[in-house]
Amino acid sequence: METQLPRIVITGVGLAAPNADNLKTYREKLLNGISEITEVNLRYFGKAPAGICTFQETRYRKKKENKRGTRAGCFGVYCANEALVDAGLDIEHYQRSRIGVYVGLTEHGTVETENEVFNISQYDYNVDYWTHHHNPRTVLNNPAGEITMNLGITGPHYSIGAACAAGNASLIQGVQMMRLGEVDMALAGGISESTGSFGIFASFQAQGALGSADDPRKACRPFDNSRNGIVVSEGACIYVLERLESALARNAKIYAEIVGYGMNSDARDYVLPFHERQAECMELAMKRAGVGPEDIDIINTHATGTKQGDIEECKAIEQIFGKSKKTYINNTKSIIGHAMGAAGVLELAGNLPAFEDNMVHPTINCHDLDPACYLQNMVFDKPVELDSVNIILNNSFGMVGINSVIIVKKYQ
Amino acid sequence: MTRDAIKDLILEIIEDIDEDADFDSLQSDKPLRDQLDLDSMDFLDIVMELRKRHKLQIPEEDYPELATLDSCVNYLEPLLADA
Repeated sequence: METQLPRIVITGVGLAAPNADNLKTYREKLLNGISEITEVNLRYFGKAPAGICTFQETRYRKKKENKRGTRAGCFGVYCANEALVDAGLDIEHYQRSRIGVYVGLTEHGTVETENEVFNISQYDYNVDYWTHHHNPRTVLNNPAGEITMNLGITGPHYSIGAACAAGNASLIQGVQMMRLGEVDMALAGGISESTGSFGIFASFQAQGALGSADDPRKACRPFDNSRNGIVVSEGACIYVLERLESALARNAKIYAEIVGYGMNSDARDYVLPFHERQAECMELAMKRAGVGPEDIDIINTHATGTKQGDIEECKAIEQIFGKSKKTYINNTKSIIGHAMGAAGVLELAGNLPAFEDNMVHPTINCHDLDPACYLQNMVFDKPVELDSVNIILNNSFGMVGINSVIIVKKYQ
Repeated sequence: MTRDAIKDLILEIIEDIDEDADFDSLQSDKPLRDQLDLDSMDFLDIVMELRKRHKLQIPEEDYPELATLDSCVNYLEPLLADA
Protein backbone atom coordinates (compact mmCIF):
# COMPACT_ATOMS: atom_id res chain seq x y z
CA MET A 1 0.00 0.00 0.00
CA GLU A 2 2.66 2.48 1.10
CA THR A 3 4.80 1.82 -1.96
CA GLN A 4 1.96 3.30 -4.04
CA LEU A 5 2.03 6.59 -2.18
CA PRO A 6 3.48 9.60 -4.01
CA ARG A 7 7.22 9.95 -3.41
CA ILE A 8 8.17 13.25 -1.78
CA VAL A 9 11.53 14.91 -2.32
CA ILE A 10 13.40 17.90 -0.94
CA THR A 11 14.29 20.34 -3.72
CA GLY A 12 15.19 23.52 -1.85
CA VAL A 13 16.77 24.51 1.47
CA GLY A 14 16.74 27.95 3.12
CA LEU A 15 18.33 28.35 6.51
CA ALA A 16 19.67 30.67 9.15
CA ALA A 17 21.87 29.01 11.76
CA PRO A 18 24.08 30.48 14.49
CA ASN A 19 27.09 29.97 12.21
CA ALA A 20 25.71 30.47 8.68
CA ASP A 21 22.92 31.93 6.55
CA ASN A 22 23.13 29.41 3.71
CA LEU A 23 23.62 25.66 3.32
CA LYS A 24 27.07 25.80 1.69
CA THR A 25 28.68 27.85 4.46
CA TYR A 26 26.79 25.90 7.09
CA ARG A 27 28.10 22.57 5.77
CA GLU A 28 31.67 23.86 5.62
CA LYS A 29 31.50 25.04 9.22
CA LEU A 30 29.94 21.80 10.44
CA LEU A 31 32.62 19.72 8.69
CA ASN A 32 35.26 21.86 10.37
CA GLY A 33 33.47 21.90 13.72
CA ILE A 34 33.28 25.68 13.76
CA SER A 35 30.92 26.88 16.46
CA GLU A 36 29.91 30.50 16.73
CA ILE A 37 27.95 30.15 19.94
CA THR A 38 28.21 33.45 21.74
CA GLU A 39 26.94 35.01 24.95
CA VAL A 40 23.68 36.90 25.39
CA ASN A 41 22.72 39.22 28.21
CA LEU A 42 19.04 38.87 28.97
CA ARG A 43 16.73 41.14 30.90
CA TYR A 44 16.29 39.89 34.51
CA PHE A 45 18.40 36.80 33.79
CA GLY A 46 21.89 38.00 32.91
CA LYS A 47 24.47 36.28 30.74
CA ALA A 48 24.24 32.86 29.15
CA PRO A 49 25.72 31.03 26.16
CA ALA A 50 23.40 31.20 23.14
CA GLY A 51 23.31 30.74 19.39
CA ILE A 52 22.47 34.00 17.62
CA CYS A 53 21.94 34.22 13.85
CA THR A 54 23.17 36.86 11.47
CA PHE A 55 21.35 37.03 8.15
CA GLN A 56 20.02 39.63 5.72
CA GLU A 57 16.80 40.44 7.52
CA THR A 58 15.63 42.96 4.92
CA ARG A 59 16.52 40.89 1.86
CA TYR A 60 12.94 39.81 1.23
CA ARG A 61 10.81 42.33 3.13
CA LYS A 62 11.00 45.87 4.43
CA LYS A 63 12.24 46.82 7.86
CA LYS A 64 8.74 48.14 8.57
CA GLU A 65 7.34 44.63 8.19
CA ASN A 66 10.05 43.19 10.42
CA LYS A 67 9.16 45.71 13.13
CA ARG A 68 5.49 44.92 12.87
CA GLY A 69 5.95 41.14 12.80
CA THR A 70 7.99 38.81 14.94
CA ARG A 71 11.58 37.61 14.91
CA ALA A 72 10.18 34.18 14.07
CA GLY A 73 8.28 35.67 11.12
CA CYS A 74 11.45 37.41 9.96
CA PHE A 75 13.30 34.08 10.05
CA GLY A 76 10.45 32.40 8.20
CA VAL A 77 10.29 34.96 5.41
CA TYR A 78 14.05 34.84 4.87
CA CYS A 79 14.29 31.05 4.86
CA ALA A 80 11.18 30.45 2.74
CA ASN A 81 12.43 32.84 0.07
CA GLU A 82 15.92 31.37 0.20
CA ALA A 83 14.47 27.86 -0.16
CA LEU A 84 12.45 28.86 -3.24
CA VAL A 85 15.48 30.53 -4.81
CA ASP A 86 17.55 27.44 -4.03
CA ALA A 87 14.88 25.25 -5.62
CA GLY A 88 14.94 27.41 -8.74
CA LEU A 89 11.22 27.97 -8.38
CA ASP A 90 9.62 31.17 -9.60
CA ILE A 91 6.56 31.48 -7.43
CA GLU A 92 5.02 33.91 -9.95
CA HIS A 93 4.35 30.89 -12.14
CA TYR A 94 3.05 28.68 -9.40
CA GLN A 95 -0.53 28.15 -8.29
CA ARG A 96 -0.31 29.74 -4.87
CA SER A 97 -3.50 28.17 -3.59
CA ARG A 98 -1.82 24.77 -3.95
CA ILE A 99 1.13 25.52 -1.67
CA GLY A 100 1.00 24.62 2.03
CA VAL A 101 3.17 26.24 4.70
CA TYR A 102 3.89 24.08 7.76
CA VAL A 103 6.14 25.48 10.47
CA GLY A 104 7.33 23.55 13.48
CA LEU A 105 7.57 25.49 16.74
CA THR A 106 8.66 24.57 20.22
CA GLU A 107 6.87 27.64 21.54
CA HIS A 108 5.71 30.95 20.18
CA GLY A 109 4.62 34.20 21.77
CA THR A 110 6.83 33.89 24.82
CA VAL A 111 9.26 36.56 23.62
CA GLU A 112 6.49 38.94 22.57
CA THR A 113 4.59 38.53 25.83
CA GLU A 114 7.68 39.05 27.98
CA ASN A 115 8.54 42.17 26.00
CA GLU A 116 5.06 43.57 26.38
CA VAL A 117 4.90 42.95 30.13
CA PHE A 118 8.23 44.77 30.40
CA ASN A 119 6.82 47.58 28.24
CA ILE A 120 3.82 48.20 30.51
CA SER A 121 6.08 47.97 33.56
CA GLN A 122 7.46 51.30 32.30
CA TYR A 123 3.91 52.72 32.61
CA ASP A 124 3.01 51.44 36.07
CA TYR A 125 1.45 48.31 34.54
CA ASN A 126 -1.31 50.35 32.91
CA VAL A 127 -2.70 48.05 30.22
CA ASP A 128 -3.69 51.04 28.10
CA TYR A 129 -0.07 50.83 26.96
CA TRP A 130 -0.31 47.16 25.90
CA THR A 131 0.29 46.97 22.15
CA HIS A 132 -2.41 46.23 19.60
CA HIS A 133 0.25 44.11 17.83
CA HIS A 134 0.22 41.55 20.63
CA ASN A 135 -2.46 39.23 19.27
CA PRO A 136 -1.33 39.02 15.62
CA ARG A 137 2.22 38.53 16.83
CA THR A 138 1.39 35.77 19.28
CA VAL A 139 -1.23 33.69 17.50
CA LEU A 140 0.37 30.31 16.99
CA ASN A 141 0.16 30.46 13.20
CA ASN A 142 2.12 33.73 13.20
CA PRO A 143 5.45 32.62 11.67
CA ALA A 144 3.79 30.51 8.96
CA GLY A 145 1.26 33.28 8.32
CA GLU A 146 3.97 35.89 7.88
CA ILE A 147 5.49 33.65 5.18
CA THR A 148 2.17 33.42 3.32
CA MET A 149 1.63 37.20 3.48
CA ASN A 150 5.11 37.84 2.14
CA LEU A 151 4.82 35.35 -0.72
CA GLY A 152 1.12 35.74 -1.49
CA ILE A 153 0.53 32.05 -0.78
CA THR A 154 -3.18 31.32 -0.36
CA GLY A 155 -2.97 27.61 0.47
CA PRO A 156 -3.13 26.39 4.07
CA HIS A 157 -0.66 27.57 6.68
CA TYR A 158 -0.29 26.58 10.29
CA SER A 159 2.17 25.74 13.00
CA ILE A 160 3.03 22.33 14.30
CA GLY A 161 3.58 22.51 18.06
CA ALA A 162 5.72 19.55 19.04
CA ALA A 163 8.34 20.94 21.43
CA CYS A 164 11.81 20.13 20.14
CA ALA A 165 10.46 17.39 17.90
CA ALA A 166 8.58 20.04 15.91
CA GLY A 167 10.98 20.51 13.00
CA ASN A 168 10.74 16.88 11.94
CA ALA A 169 7.00 16.95 12.67
CA SER A 170 6.51 19.77 10.17
CA LEU A 171 8.27 17.75 7.47
CA ILE A 172 6.02 14.83 8.28
CA GLN A 173 2.98 17.10 7.99
CA GLY A 174 4.21 18.36 4.63
CA VAL A 175 4.73 14.82 3.33
CA GLN A 176 1.30 13.73 4.55
CA MET A 177 -0.55 16.71 3.05
CA MET A 178 1.16 16.19 -0.30
CA ARG A 179 0.39 12.50 -0.29
CA LEU A 180 -3.25 13.29 0.48
CA GLY A 181 -3.30 15.64 -2.50
CA GLU A 182 -4.18 18.62 -0.30
CA VAL A 183 -1.30 20.65 -1.76
CA ASP A 184 1.14 20.33 -4.65
CA MET A 185 4.12 21.88 -2.91
CA ALA A 186 5.01 22.42 0.71
CA LEU A 187 7.22 24.88 2.49
CA ALA A 188 7.97 22.93 5.65
CA GLY A 189 10.48 23.49 8.40
CA GLY A 190 10.99 24.93 11.83
CA ILE A 191 11.77 28.21 13.52
CA SER A 192 13.11 29.30 16.90
CA GLU A 193 13.26 32.80 18.35
CA SER A 194 13.72 31.42 21.88
CA THR A 195 16.94 33.30 22.61
CA GLY A 196 14.82 36.42 23.12
CA SER A 197 13.06 34.96 26.15
CA PHE A 198 14.61 35.24 29.62
CA GLY A 199 11.95 32.81 30.85
CA ILE A 200 13.20 29.97 28.68
CA PHE A 201 16.75 30.38 29.98
CA ALA A 202 15.53 30.78 33.56
CA SER A 203 13.35 27.68 33.31
CA PHE A 204 16.22 25.53 31.99
CA GLN A 205 18.41 26.91 34.76
CA ALA A 206 15.80 26.14 37.41
CA GLN A 207 15.66 22.62 36.02
CA GLY A 208 19.47 22.32 36.26
CA ALA A 209 19.65 21.90 32.51
CA LEU A 210 21.25 25.09 31.18
CA GLY A 211 24.68 24.50 29.67
CA SER A 212 27.63 26.66 30.65
CA ALA A 213 31.37 27.01 30.09
CA ASP A 214 33.99 29.75 30.25
CA ASP A 215 34.08 29.68 26.44
CA PRO A 216 30.48 29.72 25.16
CA ARG A 217 31.55 27.63 22.15
CA LYS A 218 32.28 24.80 24.57
CA ALA A 219 29.05 25.06 26.54
CA CYS A 220 27.17 22.39 24.57
CA ARG A 221 28.96 19.08 25.22
CA PRO A 222 26.75 16.12 24.26
CA PHE A 223 28.03 12.72 25.46
CA ASP A 224 30.90 14.26 27.46
CA ASN A 225 31.21 13.43 31.14
CA SER A 226 31.31 17.14 31.98
CA ARG A 227 28.16 18.04 30.05
CA ASN A 228 25.88 20.29 32.09
CA GLY A 229 22.95 21.21 29.89
CA ILE A 230 21.40 22.88 26.88
CA VAL A 231 22.63 25.88 24.90
CA VAL A 232 19.58 27.76 23.64
CA SER A 233 19.80 28.93 20.02
CA GLU A 234 17.64 30.79 17.59
CA GLY A 235 17.47 29.73 13.97
CA ALA A 236 15.31 28.40 11.19
CA CYS A 237 15.26 26.09 8.23
CA ILE A 238 12.55 25.81 5.59
CA TYR A 239 12.48 23.13 2.88
CA VAL A 240 10.72 23.04 -0.45
CA LEU A 241 8.96 19.68 -0.73
CA GLU A 242 7.67 18.45 -4.08
CA ARG A 243 6.33 15.22 -5.49
CA LEU A 244 9.06 13.31 -7.26
CA GLU A 245 7.36 13.50 -10.65
CA SER A 246 6.95 17.30 -10.38
CA ALA A 247 10.60 17.69 -9.45
CA LEU A 248 11.73 15.45 -12.30
CA ALA A 249 9.44 17.23 -14.78
CA ARG A 250 11.17 20.52 -14.15
CA ASN A 251 14.61 18.93 -13.88
CA ALA A 252 15.01 20.13 -10.30
CA LYS A 253 18.00 19.45 -8.09
CA ILE A 254 16.91 16.75 -5.63
CA TYR A 255 18.61 16.84 -2.24
CA ALA A 256 16.91 13.75 -0.88
CA GLU A 257 13.75 11.71 -0.78
CA ILE A 258 11.83 11.50 2.50
CA VAL A 259 11.34 7.75 2.69
CA GLY A 260 10.33 7.23 6.29
CA TYR A 261 9.05 8.94 9.37
CA GLY A 262 7.77 8.12 12.81
CA MET A 263 6.11 9.99 15.65
CA ASN A 264 4.97 8.75 19.03
CA SER A 265 4.55 9.78 22.66
CA ASP A 266 6.23 8.66 25.88
CA ALA A 267 3.04 9.11 27.93
CA ARG A 268 5.25 9.24 31.00
CA ASP A 269 7.02 12.45 32.12
CA TYR A 270 6.95 16.22 31.51
CA VAL A 271 10.66 16.58 30.82
CA LEU A 272 12.51 13.26 30.95
CA PRO A 273 12.88 11.43 27.65
CA PHE A 274 12.40 7.66 27.47
CA HIS A 275 14.57 5.34 25.40
CA GLU A 276 11.97 2.64 24.86
CA ARG A 277 9.58 4.98 23.05
CA GLN A 278 12.49 6.59 21.18
CA ALA A 279 13.57 3.17 19.95
CA GLU A 280 10.00 2.40 18.90
CA CYS A 281 9.87 5.68 17.00
CA MET A 282 13.06 4.88 15.09
CA GLU A 283 11.74 1.39 14.31
CA LEU A 284 8.46 2.85 13.09
CA ALA A 285 10.31 5.18 10.73
CA MET A 286 12.53 2.37 9.44
CA LYS A 287 9.50 0.13 8.88
CA ARG A 288 7.84 2.86 6.83
CA ALA A 289 11.05 3.35 4.87
CA GLY A 290 11.42 -0.38 4.34
CA VAL A 291 14.97 -0.37 5.70
CA GLY A 292 16.86 -2.04 8.52
CA PRO A 293 19.62 -0.83 10.87
CA GLU A 294 22.39 -1.91 8.48
CA ASP A 295 20.92 0.37 5.79
CA ILE A 296 21.35 3.54 7.86
CA ASP A 297 24.66 5.29 7.15
CA ILE A 298 24.30 8.24 9.53
CA ILE A 299 22.22 8.81 12.63
CA ASN A 300 22.08 12.48 13.51
CA THR A 301 21.33 12.44 17.21
CA HIS A 302 19.07 14.79 19.10
CA ALA A 303 21.36 14.80 22.18
CA THR A 304 21.27 18.22 23.78
CA GLY A 305 24.01 17.86 26.38
CA THR A 306 21.82 17.01 29.37
CA LYS A 307 22.83 14.16 31.69
CA GLN A 308 19.77 11.97 31.34
CA GLY A 309 18.66 12.96 27.83
CA ASP A 310 21.90 11.90 26.15
CA ILE A 311 21.95 8.56 27.99
CA GLU A 312 18.35 7.75 27.05
CA GLU A 313 18.97 8.41 23.35
CA CYS A 314 22.19 6.39 23.33
CA LYS A 315 20.36 3.49 24.99
CA ALA A 316 17.70 3.65 22.29
CA ILE A 317 20.29 3.74 19.51
CA GLU A 318 22.34 0.93 21.05
CA GLN A 319 19.22 -1.21 21.32
CA ILE A 320 18.56 -1.00 17.57
CA PHE A 321 21.90 -0.20 15.98
CA GLY A 322 24.29 -1.90 18.41
CA LYS A 323 25.19 -4.54 15.84
CA SER A 324 25.22 -2.29 12.80
CA LYS A 325 28.86 -1.76 11.92
CA LYS A 326 27.88 0.45 9.02
CA THR A 327 26.04 3.15 10.97
CA TYR A 328 27.90 6.32 12.01
CA ILE A 329 26.69 8.67 14.73
CA ASN A 330 27.05 12.45 14.96
CA ASN A 331 25.54 15.46 16.71
CA THR A 332 24.98 18.94 15.31
CA LYS A 333 23.90 20.68 18.54
CA SER A 334 27.46 20.48 19.84
CA ILE A 335 28.28 23.06 17.14
CA ILE A 336 25.11 25.18 16.80
CA GLY A 337 23.34 24.70 20.13
CA HIS A 338 19.71 23.72 20.47
CA ALA A 339 17.56 25.58 17.96
CA MET A 340 14.38 24.22 19.53
CA GLY A 341 11.60 24.07 16.90
CA ALA A 342 14.21 24.44 14.18
CA ALA A 343 16.58 21.86 15.66
CA GLY A 344 15.46 18.80 13.70
CA VAL A 345 15.33 20.53 10.34
CA LEU A 346 18.57 22.50 10.80
CA GLU A 347 20.37 19.35 11.90
CA LEU A 348 18.98 17.39 8.95
CA ALA A 349 20.07 20.18 6.58
CA GLY A 350 23.59 20.03 7.97
CA ASN A 351 23.78 16.37 7.02
CA LEU A 352 22.02 16.40 3.62
CA PRO A 353 25.21 17.34 1.74
CA ALA A 354 26.66 14.01 2.92
CA PHE A 355 24.82 12.48 -0.03
CA GLU A 356 27.23 14.38 -2.26
CA ASP A 357 30.47 14.53 -0.28
CA ASN A 358 30.11 11.23 1.67
CA MET A 359 31.36 12.97 4.80
CA VAL A 360 29.99 12.63 8.33
CA HIS A 361 30.37 15.93 10.13
CA PRO A 362 31.87 15.62 13.61
CA THR A 363 30.48 16.12 17.08
CA ILE A 364 32.62 18.61 18.99
CA ASN A 365 33.30 19.28 22.68
CA CYS A 366 33.36 15.62 23.71
CA HIS A 367 36.82 14.78 25.03
CA ASP A 368 35.85 12.55 27.93
CA LEU A 369 33.12 10.26 26.66
CA ASP A 370 30.55 9.20 29.24
CA PRO A 371 30.64 5.37 29.11
CA ALA A 372 26.85 5.39 29.36
CA CYS A 373 26.79 7.24 26.02
CA TYR A 374 29.22 4.94 24.22
CA LEU A 375 28.15 3.87 20.74
CA GLN A 376 30.36 2.44 18.05
CA ASN A 377 31.24 4.73 15.13
CA MET A 378 30.65 8.00 16.97
CA VAL A 379 32.33 10.78 15.02
CA PHE A 380 34.27 13.26 17.14
CA ASP A 381 36.29 16.35 16.27
CA LYS A 382 37.18 15.46 12.66
CA PRO A 383 34.81 14.49 9.85
CA VAL A 384 34.85 10.89 8.63
CA GLU A 385 34.65 10.05 4.95
CA LEU A 386 32.55 7.01 4.05
CA ASP A 387 32.56 5.04 0.80
CA SER A 388 29.04 6.24 0.21
CA VAL A 389 26.15 7.77 2.13
CA ASN A 390 22.71 6.67 1.01
CA ILE A 391 20.40 6.91 4.01
CA ILE A 392 20.32 9.30 6.99
CA LEU A 393 18.14 9.00 10.08
CA ASN A 394 17.41 12.19 12.00
CA ASN A 395 16.21 12.01 15.63
CA SER A 396 14.25 14.69 17.49
CA PHE A 397 12.67 14.44 20.91
CA GLY A 398 10.80 16.97 22.99
CA MET A 399 9.26 17.83 26.33
CA VAL A 400 6.05 16.25 27.54
CA GLY A 401 7.23 13.12 25.79
CA ILE A 402 7.12 13.61 22.03
CA ASN A 403 9.40 11.86 19.57
CA SER A 404 9.87 12.36 15.83
CA VAL A 405 12.18 10.62 13.39
CA ILE A 406 12.78 11.34 9.72
CA ILE A 407 14.63 9.07 7.31
CA VAL A 408 15.93 10.52 4.06
CA LYS A 409 17.49 8.70 1.14
CA LYS A 410 19.83 9.84 -1.56
CA TYR A 411 17.93 10.15 -4.83
CA GLN A 412 19.62 8.34 -7.67
CA MET B 1 3.58 73.02 21.29
CA THR B 2 3.55 75.00 18.06
CA ARG B 3 1.76 73.81 14.93
CA ASP B 4 5.10 73.16 13.27
CA ALA B 5 6.32 71.18 16.27
CA ILE B 6 3.15 69.06 16.19
CA LYS B 7 3.66 68.43 12.49
CA ASP B 8 7.26 67.36 13.18
CA LEU B 9 6.07 65.11 15.99
CA ILE B 10 3.64 63.28 13.70
CA LEU B 11 6.24 62.89 10.96
CA GLU B 12 8.78 61.65 13.49
CA ILE B 13 6.31 59.02 14.73
CA ILE B 14 5.57 57.92 11.16
CA GLU B 15 9.29 57.70 10.43
CA ASP B 16 9.67 55.49 13.50
CA ILE B 17 7.01 53.19 12.06
CA ASP B 18 8.47 53.23 8.53
CA GLU B 19 11.91 54.65 8.06
CA ASP B 20 11.46 54.44 4.29
CA ALA B 21 8.47 56.82 4.37
CA ASP B 22 8.91 59.55 1.76
CA PHE B 23 7.64 62.94 2.95
CA ASP B 24 8.97 64.96 -0.02
CA SER B 25 5.70 65.08 -1.91
CA LEU B 26 3.40 64.76 1.08
CA GLN B 27 0.35 67.03 0.82
CA SER B 28 -0.76 68.07 4.27
CA ASP B 29 -4.45 68.34 3.35
CA LYS B 30 -4.68 64.87 1.79
CA PRO B 31 -5.18 61.62 3.76
CA LEU B 32 -1.89 60.22 5.03
CA ARG B 33 -2.98 56.68 4.18
CA ASP B 34 -3.43 57.60 0.51
CA GLN B 35 0.11 58.90 0.29
CA LEU B 36 2.16 56.71 2.60
CA ASP B 37 2.44 52.98 3.23
CA LEU B 38 0.21 53.12 6.31
CA ASP B 39 -2.70 50.95 7.36
CA SER B 40 -5.06 50.78 10.32
CA MET B 41 -2.48 49.05 12.54
CA ASP B 42 0.00 51.82 11.79
CA PHE B 43 -2.61 54.39 12.81
CA LEU B 44 -3.00 52.63 16.12
CA ASP B 45 0.80 52.90 16.46
CA ILE B 46 0.48 56.67 16.06
CA VAL B 47 -2.24 56.77 18.72
CA MET B 48 -0.09 54.64 21.06
CA GLU B 49 2.98 56.82 20.56
CA LEU B 50 0.98 59.97 21.36
CA ARG B 51 -0.21 58.22 24.53
CA LYS B 52 3.32 57.20 25.51
CA ARG B 53 4.98 60.50 24.68
CA HIS B 54 2.30 62.96 25.84
CA LYS B 55 -0.16 60.91 27.89
CA LEU B 56 -2.89 61.66 25.35
CA GLN B 57 -5.90 59.36 25.49
CA ILE B 58 -7.49 59.77 22.09
CA PRO B 59 -11.00 58.28 22.02
CA GLU B 60 -11.76 55.96 19.12
CA GLU B 61 -14.47 58.28 17.76
CA ASP B 62 -11.79 60.92 17.26
CA TYR B 63 -9.50 58.73 15.13
CA PRO B 64 -10.82 60.27 11.87
CA GLU B 65 -9.34 63.58 13.10
CA LEU B 66 -5.90 62.06 12.45
CA ALA B 67 -6.56 61.43 8.77
CA THR B 68 -4.42 64.21 7.30
CA LEU B 69 -1.38 66.04 8.58
CA ASP B 70 -3.41 69.26 8.78
CA SER B 71 -6.26 67.61 10.65
CA CYS B 72 -3.75 66.06 13.07
CA VAL B 73 -2.35 69.50 13.83
CA ASN B 74 -5.81 71.04 14.21
CA TYR B 75 -6.95 68.27 16.53
CA LEU B 76 -3.78 68.03 18.63
CA GLU B 77 -3.01 71.77 18.97
CA PRO B 78 -5.37 72.40 21.90
CA LEU B 79 -4.48 69.06 23.51
CA LEU B 80 -0.76 69.82 23.35
CA ALA B 81 -1.03 73.51 24.21
CA ASP B 82 0.98 73.04 27.40
CA ALA B 83 3.39 70.47 26.01
